[in-house]
Amino acid sequence: MTLQAVSEILQCEVLCGEDQLFIDIQTVVASDGMSEILAFAKSDELMITGLTNIQSIRTADIAGVSAVIYCRGKRPDENVIEFAKRKNIPVLVTKMVMFDICGILYARGLKGVS
Amino acid sequence: MAELLRQCFVMQGRNFDKAGEISGEIKVILRDLGINAAYTRRVVIVAFEAEMNVVMYAQSGTLTFSVTEDAIDLIIEDVGPGIPDINLALQEGYSTASDEMREMGFGFGMGLPNMKKNSDEFRIESVVGKGTTVYATVRHHEDA
Repeated sequence: MTLQAVSEILQCEVLCGEDQLFIDIQTVVASDGMSEILAFAKSDELMITGLTNIQSIRTADIAGVSAVIYCRGKRPDENVIEFAKRKNIPVLVTKMVMFDICGILYARGLKGVS
Repeated sequence: MAELLRQCFVMQGRNFDKAGEISGEIKVILRDLGINAAYTRRVVIVAFEAEMNVVMYAQSGTLTFSVTEDAIDLIIEDVGPGIPDINLALQEGYSTASDEMREMGFGFGMGLPNMKKNSDEFRIESVVGKGTTVYATVRHHEDA
């Protein structure tokens, strides 16, 4: 599934990386704990989190995930978006809560990592 | 084994805005050296978790990394409270983090286990009241 399709399903607003919505998403890692993302992400996953500080994007960069979606309508500060642009990581935000996001994406065939 | 590169970075405790910046720099350096992504990833996870630990717990610290043809060595040395029981600290889920640290997305008792998991050799030396030194060696694995 493309990031564009994920964005439409979750009714996301794209904060940066509009030119990368074609990327293919097959697996998802979802947590507010950054070490958990680092422990389970293998690379190229979609990362779902409610943590919107600069460390969320640093974690995304270190873990090598392909895109970040912030849940619960939480918006990062402008400096966080600027940092994501520099790291070439698309960032989206949705009003949905993490449980619903995971359920919806799982039902559409996306898998977690373990 | 000939050393290809050695670099030392200084870290400041409690500086959450900068926490993780060094690991991002190391990632770029290793990519520019042509080191493969999976190998780089293991190195920078060790560096990132170490940086977060220094920023969360210590007053200051240094991170030295050196690259040879068969391994990348990381030495993280801090001036801080030290770790009274290293075996306990290495247990997944054990944490002494504050609420503030958890709000930052860290302190769930996975940092040190993550560092150990991504290292081929891993050793902690600590003196309570003085500080902690972590030695980590990461080697390239063909299947990684």
